[in-house]
Amino acid sequence: MKYMLLIWNRPGFVESLSEQERNEIWGEVDEVMKELTASGELVGGQALADPSQTRTARLVGGRPEVTDGPFLESKEQFAGYLMVDCDTPERAAEIAAGWPDVRRGIGVLEVRPVMDEAGAEM
Amino acid sequence: MSSPGAVEDLLRGLAPQVLGILVRRHGQFHAAEDAVQEALLAAATRWPAEGVPEHPRSWLVTVAGRRLTDEWRSERARREREVAVAVREPAYAAVAPPPDEEAPAGDDTLRLLFLCCHPALNPPAQIALTLRAVGGLSTAEIARAFLVPEATMSQRIRRAKQRIEAAGARFTLPGPAERDERLRAVRQVLYLIFNEGYTASSGPHLRRSELTGEAIRLARELRRLLPDDGEVTGLLALMLLTDAHRAARTGPAGELVPLAEQDRARWDRAAIAEGAALVAEALTWSPPGPYQIQAAIAAVHAEAGSAAETDWRQIVALYRLLGVLAPNPMVTLNRAVAVAMVDGPRAGLALLAPLDADERTAGHHRLAAVRGHLLELAGERGPARAAYLAAARGTTSLPERRYLELRAARLTTGR
Repeated sequence: MKYMLLIWNRPGFVESLSEQERNEIWGEVDEVMKELTASGELVGGQALADPSQTRTARLVGGRPEVTDGPFLESKEQFAGYLMVDCDTPERAAEIAAGWPDVRRGIGVLEVRPVMDEAGAEM
Repeated sequence: MSSPGAVEDLLRGLAPQVLGILVRRHGQFHAAEDAVQEALLAAATRWPAEGVPEHPRSWLVTVAGRRLTDEWRSERARREREVAVAVREPAYAAVAPPPDEEAPAGDDTLRLLFLCCHPALNPPAQIALTLRAVGGLSTAEIARAFLVPEATMSQRIRRAKQRIEAAGARFTLPGPAERDERLRAVRQVLYLIFNEGYTASSGPHLRRSELTGEAIRLARELRRLLPDDGEVTGLLALMLLTDAHRAARTGPAGELVPLAEQDRARWDRAAIAEGAALVAEALTWSPPGPYQIQAAIAAVHAEAGSAAETDWRQIVALYRLLGVLAPNPMVTLNRAVAVAMVDGPRAGLALLAPLDADERTAGHHRLAAVRGHLLELAGERGPARAAYLAAARGTTSLPERRYLELRAARLTTGR
């Protein structure tokens, strides 16, 4: 079963961190990615550019309109995702709980099952 | 010139034989499996253009054997560089001379199946390893079928091989004490492979649907090796009878069509005839088992000209037997649908009530879907709609969600 782990954190959080803390975090990310690669659970993942580079398209007055800035005006923003393929929802949640953003209180991870194209007739 | 399709079929049949010969000759399942995979890839590239060699199996054994010794040479060179004073026997000493060239090929396939379905592995790992080592599929093909990157699948297969080696698995047939349990795992793995393909047999993932053909091929092979196992025959029959619905199970937009509404003229009659004959014959001599009973149920459906003409009493009786042989709340769900057809929807709904308290089914989308169906039959449109919507929220299958949302919508607007 595939799960998408959505990483939400506060843009610019690194500014408040010391160099040592930054290196620790990237090291931890590396560590987790290595572990997920070795276990054959990692399907993919991407980090997203800073929210200041976001544009949002929506229908305004019957016409699509594109504006600068993210959809949600929240303190925490969608920063990237991991896609994993694992045996149980519990395992997916465990991976999320082990992600540095969560362990260090920098951000939160949302765990969402990915829909499958296959289906059984009822 | 040989057609790539013919070469592929030939290679898939030869794969477990070649691997068996190598493992018996050299031990080292892990390295031998990699070497065979490389030899298969080489053959798949060369044979269509250059023609199939006169002795294709020997060709593969030679090429794979060479890869294996190349691998050892570089491995040994590496070790000798690392260990200054290598007080060890040369790696070649571990290579026993071939006791007999002529392999009992069938036994090797069985040994490999038992090895790949080892209890130290979880089902996804068992499936991947079986498809590669016994089915002769490439890592890229397996990765495409399961919609993961090739590197992920490659790592999964490597890890699976490490696991079974760490578990001390041997290339032998399990003893009588273990055999039943291990054979059950083999059947289960083949059935999972089949289902992966069958449930995907619509829409854009045709690659994945090829798994049904592969599962049927392996089940035929297993039956040839174990003709006295009624459940193996039952498994093959169930696959054939299920796969017979393939053309009718989805509509033009890829939407799911329930059994009751399928155009039965599009069912594959040859597959049905073969499956029905297999299970009928097996049941005359074999103790009944879950696969045989499920195949028998599918055969009863297949006999009926329409859903209304179905012998629902017989289906209820078969589900009852299945519930005794293999107690499982999912069986109760199916039985409730059949009971509703015989004794009315209220009787079916009554059977569902205890499933709310069973942790395996409580809140499960299939329970909600069946409840929606039975409530709809009972004329309770509002609660039926709510149940369908709950099921739609619970499923992680896109076509199932669309189907369930549609059933709910029909109860809102349709008259």
